[in-house]
Amino acid sequence: MASTACFVIVSKNDIPIYEAEVGSAPKKEDLAYHHQFILHAALDVVQDLAWTTNAMFLRSVDRFNDLVVSVYVTAGHTRFMLLHDSRSEDGIKSFFQEVHELYIKVR
Amino acid sequence: MISVGKTKQYANVLDKLLSRGRQEVSLSAFAFLFSEVVQYNQTQVDNIADLERRLEDAGYAVGARVLELLCHREKGNRRETQLLGILSFIHSTVWKVLFGKVADSLEKGTEHEDEYMISEKELLVNRFISVPKDMGAFNCGAFVAGIVRGVLDNAGFPAVVTAHFVPIEGQQRPRTTILIKFAEELLNSKGIYN
Repeated sequence: MASTACFVIVSKNDIPIYEAEVGSAPKKEDLAYHHQFILHAALDVVQDLAWTTNAMFLRSVDRFNDLVVSVYVTAGHTRFMLLHDSRSEDGIKSFFQEVHELYIKVR
Repeated sequence: MISVGKTKQYANVLDKLLSRGRQEVSLSAFAFLFSEVVQYNQTQVDNIADLERRLEDAGYAVGARVLELLCHREKGNRRETQLLGILSFIHSTVWKVLFGKVADSLEKGTEHEDEYMISEKELLVNRFISVPKDMGAFNCGAFVAGIVRGVLDNAGFPAVVTAHFVPIEGQQRPRTTILIKFAEELLNSKGIYN
């Protein structure tokens, strides 16, 4: 199953704490940092959206071509951002919840 | 408040369960630890303001973690987006978990729009501490003020938090008040403040 995904944890002060690429990322020079760029651009949308709702899981906040950005915001405004294809939508919420629990234990 | 806990020894912090339920720590152990913290910091600084700042910074780290943990445990993963919401969260939930009871009162300041006060008849950290006369207005409640500041700051409501003694007639020891003054930008931002 060739699916690409990029997972980034961004702290409250917009500093990336953790980054992981899954799947076949394109090796071409100009597309090397494409995923990071898309996630970075989505940060603004997340900022506004985070204040409108009580919930932590913000579903898909942004689209780019056929890639979707899903975001989960914790109580301390740490953002878990996942860039993935539109196919693999289910299970993302439980993935975020697991990461959240591990994050709390580690911090 | 002394409890005997039979805890399994987990090799890895990641394996520990997150919601362990009510776990009580011995009050004397905490008082001892806190007094050592204060004494250690006293040797590191020259003046009272720095001592208060260090205690506050220690509290800030606690507050940041407490916010994450309690939102996960107690509130089922719902964040606070309203000012009053986060204040009542601190006043009841945080206080209950840290000190075993809700805070005595939460008031809005009358002179300034952006001031709130949480008062407590006898703050736990101050219970076993007596401040010598030559240290003036030093208050070990600065630690608790730091906790509150940590919670507010990480939830997205920057504020300056200080602890003050308020003498009450008819009571030997003064009441402790935590004064919360929110930052300028919150006054102007849309919908969050009100």
